[in-house]
Amino acid sequence: MSSRRSRSRQQSGNSSAITDDQITDLVSKLQQLIPEIRNRRSDKVSASKVLQETCNYIRNLHREVDDLSDRLSELLANTDADSAQAAIIRSLLM
Amino acid sequence: MDKTSKGIQTLSTHCSYKTKFAFRFLRSLMKLKKQHQPISSSSSSSMELIHKRSQRIKMLAYSSIAHAAGPRRAWSRAILFKLQSRARHHYFTRKRSSLDSKTKQKKILKNKRVMRNHNIIRAGSTSRVTRETKQMKKLREIVPGGKEMDICSLFDETAHYVKCLSMQVQVMQAIADRFSK
Repeated sequence: MSSRRSRSRQQSGNSSAITDDQITDLVSKLQQLIPEIRNRRSDKVSASKVLQETCNYIRNLHREVDDLSDRLSELLANTDADSAQAAIIRSLLM
Repeated sequence: MDKTSKGIQTLSTHCSYKTKFAFRFLRSLMKLKKQHQPISSSSSSSMELIHKRSQRIKMLAYSSIAHAAGPRRAWSRAILFKLQSRARHHYFTRKRSSLDSKTKQKKILKNKRVMRNHNIIRAGSTSRVTRETKQMKKLREIVPGGKEMDICSLFDETAHYVKCLSMQVQVMQAIADRFSK
């Protein structure tokens, strides 16, 4: 019966067994990327808090992309292409 | 020594992500600008035009970041697939041939059904690690392609997605600032 269980776990399609350490590693990696948690600098942030903050952060980024594309659309109507393009490429390459 | 070389490697890959994204996005922006060169007269139509263009710019931004990240990442594949199927659907509804879009939708559903069995097998386990929490469900909805991933890849893809998304915002901000000067 134990062999059947191990076989079913193999059949679940994951190449390696998921260990707790692996998960905590990944969560801490995620933790470093979220600016709110990184600035708080406490190591005792729970995994659910990290995930919650990640969701909020991603949603904020999506909203910022929306706002920026609105702004870019307005600006695109009002500028001439060539000088802006040259200036941008120069500034991004520096 | 290993850490620094790995750090330099990640730095260089992220520099190239940034450049790739910036070039691709700028090129498509300029193309868009050239397409809509004649500025229309009435204000109401131009507001609509601005809104439509902003939707287009948003799609271009996501397409550029997905292309820059490459097909090796599940989230970028998911974005490109969604954009392509949306474009295809748009094309087919314009051509008014509903038959093709239906068969394509059937294919997509079949794919998703196969993938869902993946997670059901694992749901029987009661360990703390493999339990699907509410936050994980939310994360799956937010990260592109998250619904079909197992937990490890979900976290890994999320981390990469967050990095690339924040870089996308950074570049778009810089472009907007430059344009507005």
